[in-house]
Amino acid sequence: MSGDDTQTLQARVNDALAQGRQLRIEGGGSKSFYGQMITGEVLATQQHRGIINYESTELVLTARGGTPLSEIETTLAEHNQMLPFEPPHFGEAATLGGTIACGLSGPRRPYVGSARDFVLGCRVLTGKGDVLHFGGEVMKNVAGYDVARLMTGAMGTLGVLLDISLKILPRPAAEVTVRLSMSPDKALQVMNHWAGQPVPLSAAVHDGESLFLRLSGATSAVSHAQQLIGGEPLPNGEDYWQSIREHTHPFFNDARPLWRLSLAPAQPPLVLEGDTLLDWGGAQRWLLSHEKPEVIRHAVQETGGHATLFRQHDIKAGIFHPLPNSLKQLHQRLKHAFDPGGILNPGRMYPDM
Amino acid sequence: MSEHDLDTHHTRKSLAGQLSRFLPAEAVLTTEEDLRPYECDGLSAYHRLPLMAVLPDTIEQVQAVLQLCQHENVPVVARGAGTGLSGGALPIDNGVLLSLAKFNRILEVDPVNRTARVEPGVRNLAISEAVAPHGLFYAPDPSSQIACTIGGNVAENSGGVHCLKYGLTVHNVLQVKLLTIEGEALTLGGSGLDAPGYDLLALINGSEGMLGIITEITVRLLPCPQQTRVIMAAFDDIPQAGEAVSAIIATGIVPAGLEMMDNPAIRAAEAFVHAGYPEDAAAILLCELDGTDEEVNEQSAQVEQLLHDNGATTLRVARDAEEQLLLWKGRKAAFPAVGRISPDYYCMDGTIPRKRLPEVLTRISEMSKTYNLQVANVFHAGDGNLHPLILYDANQPGQLELTEEFGGKILELCVEVGGTITGEHGVGMEKINQMCVQFKPVELEYFHAVKEAFDPKRLLNPGKAVPTLHRCAEFGAMHVHHGQLPHPELDRF
Repeated sequence: MSGDDTQTLQARVNDALAQGRQLRIEGGGSKSFYGQMITGEVLATQQHRGIINYESTELVLTARGGTPLSEIETTLAEHNQMLPFEPPHFGEAATLGGTIACGLSGPRRPYVGSARDFVLGCRVLTGKGDVLHFGGEVMKNVAGYDVARLMTGAMGTLGVLLDISLKILPRPAAEVTVRLSMSPDKALQVMNHWAGQPVPLSAAVHDGESLFLRLSGATSAVSHAQQLIGGEPLPNGEDYWQSIREHTHPFFNDARPLWRLSLAPAQPPLVLEGDTLLDWGGAQRWLLSHEKPEVIRHAVQETGGHATLFRQHDIKAGIFHPLPNSLKQLHQRLKHAFDPGGILNPGRMYPDM
Repeated sequence: MSEHDLDTHHTRKSLAGQLSRFLPAEAVLTTEEDLRPYECDGLSAYHRLPLMAVLPDTIEQVQAVLQLCQHENVPVVARGAGTGLSGGALPIDNGVLLSLAKFNRILEVDPVNRTARVEPGVRNLAISEAVAPHGLFYAPDPSSQIACTIGGNVAENSGGVHCLKYGLTVHNVLQVKLLTIEGEALTLGGSGLDAPGYDLLALINGSEGMLGIITEITVRLLPCPQQTRVIMAAFDDIPQAGEAVSAIIATGIVPAGLEMMDNPAIRAAEAFVHAGYPEDAAAILLCELDGTDEEVNEQSAQVEQLLHDNGATTLRVARDAEEQLLLWKGRKAAFPAVGRISPDYYCMDGTIPRKRLPEVLTRISEMSKTYNLQVANVFHAGDGNLHPLILYDANQPGQLELTEEFGGKILELCVEVGGTITGEHGVGMEKINQMCVQFKPVELEYFHAVKEAFDPKRLLNPGKAVPTLHRCAEFGAMHVHHGQLPHPELDRF
């Protein structure tokens, strides 16, 4: 099951480059809904799998891109550790490579860090067929540009992620979730109040009716914070956060387009038609809305944020927030540096790169 | 005047004339006397006068300087407080030294969103001081934090003693505004926690002034912990101290800081600040725990037990804030303390997988005997970042060159055991040859391509951070990737 498939992948890229064919990188296919729909020959990474190195006391794990996320999480759990950014799987077949390529993070993100924050290094196959190694397996490394983090969230448009090294963290000794009934406006105030206090907050969601706060840390610290914050403890907290992370919460069971709004956490609710679930303490907001894409994007951009059409309906609107011209040209030049033939996931992020 | 000097003279005169159209006279420095303070950064072993130095105080002026330099093909080296330790701000003799020191205003503190928007010349510590009334702080705390600027911190992706728990600069910056060499303004990041497109914000952190000139930074602030506690433990041998570190990490505790010093560093620090370190110990560990009162009490009891179980010969818990400061003072003053016992010292900055520490220290000690140069080691033990300080005397002919060679060998050793040549100080000028050891030529080519995507004419801080393949070919005559030397049976000293 476990193996190094670098040579096959490299040969496929070299062939595609020579013949001018486009490739669509695919791991478990769990996040194929995310980003622009593209065509192209499938470059399957699932044979390139396995944990290469895991040293629990070094807080580092290195695995091949095609390794199932579940396999990694099970291994970490055996040592009472976890992927700190709590990545969404969006399907049983989710792989590490796809997770890092999409750069998505779960409810713990605002308090602990994002996928890119925990990437220490990677081995990557570029569109020129080169296998390169950036970063490493150590916590601090400033040798050369941080290409490993540049790859995170690049949707496979700069290279195929072969191996990825991540910083991992111990699971908190104790975890409690409490529910408090309040309005979204009030919830934004409360979430941001506690985020500025020395309490071990690790997730904050408002689902339209109630605020859910998760506390993680030393047993004594969690119980003390729970007394301070109050609210009603949730018996199955872990299931709740999984439903938020995986979009299985009833909020997401809706036919309207799903937007992901990224903005300042304390930004008052935007006046947009539809229903909103506040995640990340207010910094990530899920909007179900038939509002015109340009209206949503304009409203979010006015606040310095951006909007992603997360589950798509109107493909013409573009999935990711349009870039200003100066940044767009820079993106194209970077794309050209790593994939001059434009063969890796072309158009997956933006139509012309 | 030689022909070269004459050329330099003409270029300087012509450029100064053009700069005077948009910069006041006092913001353009051209005389040797005025330029002397800019000849080096914190790595004073390397020094060189720039063609001229400019000190703009508006973004429009910076923009005009860049546009002019781009048009005239003149290299530009950005400089903050000049505290960097790798020669990243070392001037280029035909280039302009661009000081951002006048950009020293904190533009906005947003306590609710927990951010501060600042200019690049703001000192690191000034941010934490400004936001302290809100119960917040800016986490990355390099040792030079009273002097170093946030712009330089972003350029170098600075760390500090607390980065095991709170991360590096890259983890604590939300938005950066910069100017390209063409003078075009870019905003990377945004008001939220991420931005659309490629993660250029991550790319700019640690890019050593090679991609753009930073004009504004928004940092993330954290709530000040309610309680901190500092524990010092002494050990009879270094591997034992290393075991104790692993044991603490294995329990699931992430200390705010976890530092190790070896015997020469302990003795130097003790003689300097009288922190009460046991001078006969082979190593001491300093462990700082922070959090809520309950959390700190709970974890402190666990850590003390672990240190005891792992062979600590002395255990001291600071009773109050004053004693905490004293215990930290010895560590924070380790560099100047070593400076007192030796005419000069050279600070290295490799990172290694923590478990390889005993082996690495043994080999450094062997090399120390071969080179006949003493070494004191200070170690960010939690995250594997090692600072060997090589003691030397620059007045003795040949010692600096020998020290540099020894330092280079230490960095190559770090790469060999799976680490890196720089954890937090940057490559700059100092470690440029070792980049050829850490990276394959093809990887360096991609670094150059990244630079060219931002700076096609390669005018921003050229010659730093990423070596040319030509340079590597010269340096690498006796090197093979990952420290595998040809003819490994031969001594290389």
